[in-house]
Amino acid sequence: MARARDESSPLFAGNAAGTLRLIFYLALAMVLMVLDHRNGWLWRVRYGAAVVVEPVYRLAGLPAVGVRTLSVAFADRQRLTEQNQRLREDLLLANAKLNRMAAVAEQNQRLKELLDTQHSLELNVQLARVIGVDMGAYRYQLTLNMGARDGVKQGQPVIDAHGVMGQVKEVLPTTSVVMLVTDPAHAIPVEIERSGLRTVAYGSRDGDQLTLPNIPLAADVRVGDHLLTSGLGGRFPPGFPVGEIRSLAPSPTGMFMVAQAQPAADIDRSEDVLLLHDQAEPDGPPEPVKSMGPPSDLAPTPSATPTVPPAQTGAPAVKPPASSATQGVQP
Amino acid sequence: MSRQRLSTWWFIGTLAFALLSMLVPLPGVLEPFKPYWPALILLYWALESEDRVSLGLAFAIGLGADLLNGVVLGEQALRLCALVFIALRFRSRLRFFPMWQQTLAVLALLLNDRLLLLIVRVLAGASLPPASWWISPFVGALLWPFLFLLLDDLRARLRIQ
Repeated sequence: MARARDESSPLFAGNAAGTLRLIFYLALAMVLMVLDHRNGWLWRVRYGAAVVVEPVYRLAGLPAVGVRTLSVAFADRQRLTEQNQRLREDLLLANAKLNRMAAVAEQNQRLKELLDTQHSLELNVQLARVIGVDMGAYRYQLTLNMGARDGVKQGQPVIDAHGVMGQVKEVLPTTSVVMLVTDPAHAIPVEIERSGLRTVAYGSRDGDQLTLPNIPLAADVRVGDHLLTSGLGGRFPPGFPVGEIRSLAPSPTGMFMVAQAQPAADIDRSEDVLLLHDQAEPDGPPEPVKSMGPPSDLAPTPSATPTVPPAQTGAPAVKPPASSATQGVQP
Repeated sequence: MSRQRLSTWWFIGTLAFALLSMLVPLPGVLEPFKPYWPALILLYWALESEDRVSLGLAFAIGLGADLLNGVVLGEQALRLCALVFIALRFRSRLRFFPMWQQTLAVLALLLNDRLLLLIVRVLAGASLPPASWWISPFVGALLWPFLFLLLDDLRARLRIQ
């Protein structure tokens, strides 16, 4: 039964060559990890390998699609009817709201034109579908079926019907990876809808909540407050719902309040998402102040003093300052 | 000759299947219960046909998995290398263990694998995972006897080495 090779090698063999090879491979893996962690060129390799990688994603996503199709195929008639009814009502409600909003939006548009601002209420979006692929990083990522060929760019905000989901982290030719707002490495600038307090919401370690770790102790924040994107930082446009505060407690150091918030978007359940196309207007520091005042051609020239007739004689040394003073007051 | 080729394809097929099942998502509730398929399949092949599985193969499979997973290049390569090395080192003993002992050994290997992963992630600056993250090795160990018997049976039926 036992092969000849088994007999030649003792039962508890410890061969130095194997250990050496192990050390070699482990060192190679570590070098790769460090280089990749520092330079992040795994994504460049992946972009190159996309020809192989993307079909695998589609293949791995098939079971999820199959389950979805089966659930529709075998869903009983009553449930579908109910769902249809509910969707109809939602649509009716949404349309009614939209009709009311249309007038307001029109007015808003005109007022904004008057104010000469560029903010617009219109959304320029692209519908994308979630591919069910498990990327293994504790579920803080989504894979979408759109990529560089569909015009997706890194950093684009991703929303669903209820709120902000995250932003595009990496782009492959026909797929892209979204970093969710619940990723512990993600932070989104938010403001509290009721009080206008601005703060930052981080992803939390548990993976399905947001943490707001630095709210001032005296700030007006309550459980149930809604969070909106504040537009600071320029990545997310202002005014999109982010979440709702669920709990509030002083931080262990006692310097701040720490709030936990539930994301507004259906992070776990969304099948279709929207990619926002116009990136947020950069809400950075204000532009440098333009020189205000009367036009420069009205400025007094040292040679001519047009307001005062030059007929008078005497005390010429006082004249220039007096004329400039009157000029300053006139406009 | 064709049997030889069939057995090679069978070998490659199981490994590809393992990589694919790694990517297939489970519903949210079941997610922490998902076993680490590439490790299980590689373990099986390391125990069953030693001459096919080497550290180089483990490294290559790991790199492929990293490329698919997109976390850090080399992470799974490191883990699978360590796993296969231990399995090959103790192969003669593991092979003749009764099934329950083998299962325990597999559990130890998978736990060791998770520990390695944890070290890598923490060094890379990730936060500590939730407690449910540790369920997966136990599920993998529970599946091991069935997987082993199933693959052995299939191999016997197909009459391949």
